[in-house]
Amino acid sequence: MATYKDYMLFDKLPQTWCAGCGEGIALQSIAAVLASTGYDKHDIALVSGIGCFGRVDDYLDLNCMHVTHGRALPAATGIALANPNLHVLVTMGDGDGVTIGGNHLIHCARRNINLTAIIANNYNYGQTGGQYSATTPTGSITSTSPYGHVEPPMDICKLAAAAGGTYVARATSYNPVQMRKLIKDGIYHKGFSLIEIMVACPTHYGRYNKQGEAARMMKLMNEQSITPEEASHMTEEELSNKIVVGCLVNKERDDYYTKYHKIIEEEREEA
Amino acid sequence: MRKTVKKFIEGNVAMVEGAIAAGARFYAGYPISPSSEIAETASKELPKHGGMYVQMEDELSSMATLLGASLAGKKSFTATSGPGFSLMQENLGLGVMSEIPAVIYDVQRCGPSTGAATKPAQGDLMQARWGTHGDHGIIALSPSSAQDCFDLSITAFNLSEKYRTPVVFLADEVIGHLRETVVIRQPDPSEIINRRQPDPDTKPENFRPYDFSGNTPAPMPFIGDKKFLMRTTGSTHNEKGAFCPTPDNINRVTNYLTNKIEKNADAIVITREYHLEDADEVIITFGCCVRSAMTAVDRLRQKGIKAGLLQLVTIWPMAEKKIRSVLSSVHRVIIPEMNLGQLANEIRKFNDYGCKIIQVNRNDGILITPQQIIDGLEAK
Repeated sequence: MATYKDYMLFDKLPQTWCAGCGEGIALQSIAAVLASTGYDKHDIALVSGIGCFGRVDDYLDLNCMHVTHGRALPAATGIALANPNLHVLVTMGDGDGVTIGGNHLIHCARRNINLTAIIANNYNYGQTGGQYSATTPTGSITSTSPYGHVEPPMDICKLAAAAGGTYVARATSYNPVQMRKLIKDGIYHKGFSLIEIMVACPTHYGRYNKQGEAARMMKLMNEQSITPEEASHMTEEELSNKIVVGCLVNKERDDYYTKYHKIIEEEREEA
Repeated sequence: MRKTVKKFIEGNVAMVEGAIAAGARFYAGYPISPSSEIAETASKELPKHGGMYVQMEDELSSMATLLGASLAGKKSFTATSGPGFSLMQENLGLGVMSEIPAVIYDVQRCGPSTGAATKPAQGDLMQARWGTHGDHGIIALSPSSAQDCFDLSITAFNLSEKYRTPVVFLADEVIGHLRETVVIRQPDPSEIINRRQPDPDTKPENFRPYDFSGNTPAPMPFIGDKKFLMRTTGSTHNEKGAFCPTPDNINRVTNYLTNKIEKNADAIVITREYHLEDADEVIITFGCCVRSAMTAVDRLRQKGIKAGLLQLVTIWPMAEKKIRSVLSSVHRVIIPEMNLGQLANEIRKFNDYGCKIIQVNRNDGILITPQQIIDGLEAK
């Protein structure tokens, strides 16, 4: 029986992330999920962008393509379309996935590319010193919003769902059991799947916003967590500081490769 | 096996025919004048050959998708023009650093910015060379006929696979939209270069996706290979493809990426000559200007002037040896180009011989005529 260790590289440890960061939990969850699938690692491709969570590939013993900031989804699109037998995972942060790369996320979901996007949302650009991103809550202090952030945050899951994402889910690093289940369901889902993982950034976001040390931030995350069922009875105002966790969208729609391949089958000329 | 056929087609269409003949089976791009016929033709022709077309949301993603598809085993291409080529520079650099083959067709138009979108220019020489940041080598080819668009496409893919690098196909609007008879042939398999694969005896744990010890790139298995795991990155890396930003390694990788192209220039460079052997008056040019230059040579020869032409088929790496041999043997050279002197300035770098450099430039979207080249010579 494979374990998470079979999918990991240990020569780069200790990990680069700060003490208390939730991304190590997400890393182990990904490796554990892969072990539970039993997939041959040669059939898995991991594409990562730039940012804290873009460093995931340093620790995974897989086919890895580490690309530019924001472009992980289009690079993964190329891999998924070139070889439909691969299980394609994409690891990004909120900066990578929905800020600089927001347009790509919309179109990747719309095309329904068969891949699994795992976005770690820590509300800021952790790797570069805690500047605000598209998910930073209004009023938050960051290194580039020293007087309070004036923009409203983007809801990653709502964006993915509105763009046509066929599997959309959210988990927190407080609850790795649920996180693993959602990642696994996402990997097994045929089409575009996205799992947003809420992670604490005690070094920057927590410190600037006086949220206490990592354990306190994790507890806060858990206190804010509600189920989609609970959320369905709440007003927008009541939901404003809640985190809806669980599977939010799960539907079937032919993915890009499947639809395009029908054209190839019809048009292909004898070689 | 496809039969050899003759088709009366424009350069943009011939490029797609050439790409498919070279084995390309994946296109990702964003339409832009004057290159859009490449996208249209690719969308129509690729499925017939089992290939795939995807129209991306922009050129940033097009270039990234191209590299992903190439890494997963498909020879891949895209087409664009100046503004789109600017957006591609980000991930062109990723391709250079990660060493992933791909071919980028840039059908040049007037710039900067939106410029005159449908008018020809040759203003992207430097964008092709230095558009992405940091030191590196690049290969760029420039066609001067619709037939070139087919033949040089095969060359472009071969160079891309051999040197594990993106190759720029630096066409221009004149050639892209020029209709001529093109011989479409299925190349012999021996003509086609595919990226080197690891020696089958290599143990998986001993395989390294990068090699900086010489000027030859490491073997490149596909993502999905059943024996080897592939790892690429745009970050400065070691042989394993692991992030390694030590001063020594940054220096080593940057030099390697430059030398991989520059030290192999003799094998990469392609030039053509037209009445050059006994010429006193030499024109050096590329792309659409070659056509006017050939007519100018003919007219000058009719007048008894020994004129000749050196055509640069590869723009990058620059044909330094050949250019030096010309500069050292004549009193002056004339350099027509549809920009304000991007090629002439490169040629000046090699001019240790006191050769007079005469520029004939046009940047108004109108093709340089043979008479302008002749006037340029006679005015000096």
